[in-house]
Amino acid sequence: MVLIFIDHADGHIKKASFEALTYGAALAKQLGTNAEGLLCGTVADDLALLGKYGITKVNQVNNEALNNLDSLVYGKTIADAVTALGAKVLVFSHNQTGRAVAPVVAAKLKAGLVTGAIALPDTSNGFVVKKSVFSGKAYANVNITSDIKIISLNPNSYKTVAGEGTAEVSQLNIAIDSLKVKLTAVNKVSGEVPLTEADIVVSGGRGLKGPENWGIIEDLAHVLHAATACSRPVADSNWRPHHEHVGQTGEQIAPNLYIAIGISGAIQHLAGVNRSKHIVVINKDPEAPFFKAADYGIVGDAFEVVPKLTEEIRKLHNS
Amino acid sequence: MKILVCISKTPDTTSKIAFKNNNTKFEEAGVQWIINPYDEWYALVRAIELKEKDAGTVIHLVTVGGADTEPIIRKAFALGGDEAIRINATSDDSFYVASQIAEIAKQGGYDLIFTGKETIDYNSSSIGGMIAGLLDIPFISLATKFDITGTTTTVTREIEGGEEIAEVSLPVVVSCAKGVAEQRIPNMRGIMAARTKPLKVVEPAAIEPLTHVTSYELPPAKAGVKLVAADNVAELVRLLHEEAKAI
Ligand SMILES: Cc1cc2nc3c(=O)[nH]c(=O)nc-3n(C[C@H](O)[C@H](O)[C@H](O)COP(=O)(O)OP(=O)(O)OC[C@H]3O[C@@H](n4cnc5c(N)ncnc54)[C@H](O)[C@@H]3O)c2cc1C
Repeated sequence: MVLIFIDHADGHIKKASFEALTYGAALAKQLGTNAEGLLCGTVADDLALLGKYGITKVNQVNNEALNNLDSLVYGKTIADAVTALGAKVLVFSHNQTGRAVAPVVAAKLKAGLVTGAIALPDTSNGFVVKKSVFSGKAYANVNITSDIKIISLNPNSYKTVAGEGTAEVSQLNIAIDSLKVKLTAVNKVSGEVPLTEADIVVSGGRGLKGPENWGIIEDLAHVLHAATACSRPVADSNWRPHHEHVGQTGEQIAPNLYIAIGISGAIQHLAGVNRSKHIVVINKDPEAPFFKAADYGIVGDAFEVVPKLTEEIRKLHNS
Repeated sequence: MKILVCISKTPDTTSKIAFKNNNTKFEEAGVQWIINPYDEWYALVRAIELKEKDAGTVIHLVTVGGADTEPIIRKAFALGGDEAIRINATSDDSFYVASQIAEIAKQGGYDLIFTGKETIDYNSSSIGGMIAGLLDIPFISLATKFDITGTTTTVTREIEGGEEIAEVSLPVVVSCAKGVAEQRIPNMRGIMAARTKPLKVVEPAAIEPLTHVTSYELPPAKAGVKLVAADNVAELVRLLHEEAKAI
């Protein structure tokens, strides 16, 4: 059986988990077995509806203590669930929760772990998972040889497919340890699309000259329902918050569309964004290296081009 | 307080990424090696800051690697740290590497274990969590702030679209991301002192790796950019809508 970890926050299942569920269900089909979900904690969403992603059952460890993330307690709980349910493959999303928990589970189960997977494994000769390495500059094919296998799927690399079907919801009784990590505060940037989950990302660089000029980036992001990002010097100068910094030493993202404005396209920047499906570059310098990595480009002044672009997209949406 | 900082050797961020031996090995020719930026800028520097506040603090560095990792350890020593342990093995399996470090950690009785958020070569983001799992102590991932009062640590960690602040008692394993500390440049005194700091080499424990890399691939080259004139933004919107189907 393939077991998929279902991640949630504020009572709702995260988009990254729908990708993981679709992936896990496809993998189960490939292996000739069934796929089930595992949810730790409680949510407001109707779990039976997750059947539409191809899973037959949702196992819930219905304990409110698990609505807070303590990696060690979570890791042990999931490891116990894998053992109790006899799962052979465990799938996570390689988001912030996956990074916090999957390695703990791997250690507890002595299971081989591949994080940052971007495709279904090749099971014709072993269990070979393709993952992103060198910050998106290459891929590695990694064979997992342990009995239990754990895959953590890069967000935005496997398309969610929703069909018909409902899942059986079943309570799983697992005794959990008392939490050692005490949560004291949560600060959410409200109303923003989380960067790693966004389909479209609008990103600004030093070419924008200063934080007071970010209005044109935010307007464009707003009409596209996009997340905003920035280059490293922009975050380092505190023009934008650190969590917007993308690149080799920032967030690595793979949206469907990445729009880079006033960013030169240094190799360290590209490393964080070159897995984006479509890249648009707006830069006034025709020699900017970013154009070599782009699909579409405009050589021009951002302060003239971007407001026009926002206007044209608004027109498209209204037409 | 005793701190263990995990250090990894990675190719410089501008390195050309290429493979040899039928795409089964990373081409190391011409590559400059650096300390993994997350290990250096954040984990190591934060450990040094803690020692600056409390002189009784001892910092050990640990790396899993061959003799070719020693220049990297000396670079780390130039920033700070009291002793280093090199576990004489190379592996691309996170479980193997984490298990080796966990063995060292068991003997060392550390209060705090720092790793970087991930390495910039394998990007696995796994070592810290695995060490915590193996030692059965709490783990905080993707820390952007780290403070300590007595034996209680206060850690801010990244979550999607925000951050969480949590308290946890020592011992703990923390993976460090941007924000935990500010990058430092070693000074002359540090560079001189680095030469004579003790570096112990130990042989690896018998651990079975659970994964191995069978081959590498480079992404397909881009077809080339389609340029649109700056006074024809509507055309870009048309292409994104009709051709790319991205908006
Ligand atoms: C170890 C290391 C790690 C690094 N990690 C990262 C990382 O993770 N992410 C990252 O982004 N960088 C990283 N960097 C920095 C990287 O090398 C570049 O310095 C940085 O990406 C440049 O940012 P930028 O493109 O915003 O600025 P610049 O390089 O200054 O480019 C500004 C661009 O804006 C254009 N421009 C100016 N005015 C306008 C206008 N009016 N309209 C349109 N275009 C205009 C210019 O032509 C230029 O191309 C790293 C560097 C090192 C050494």
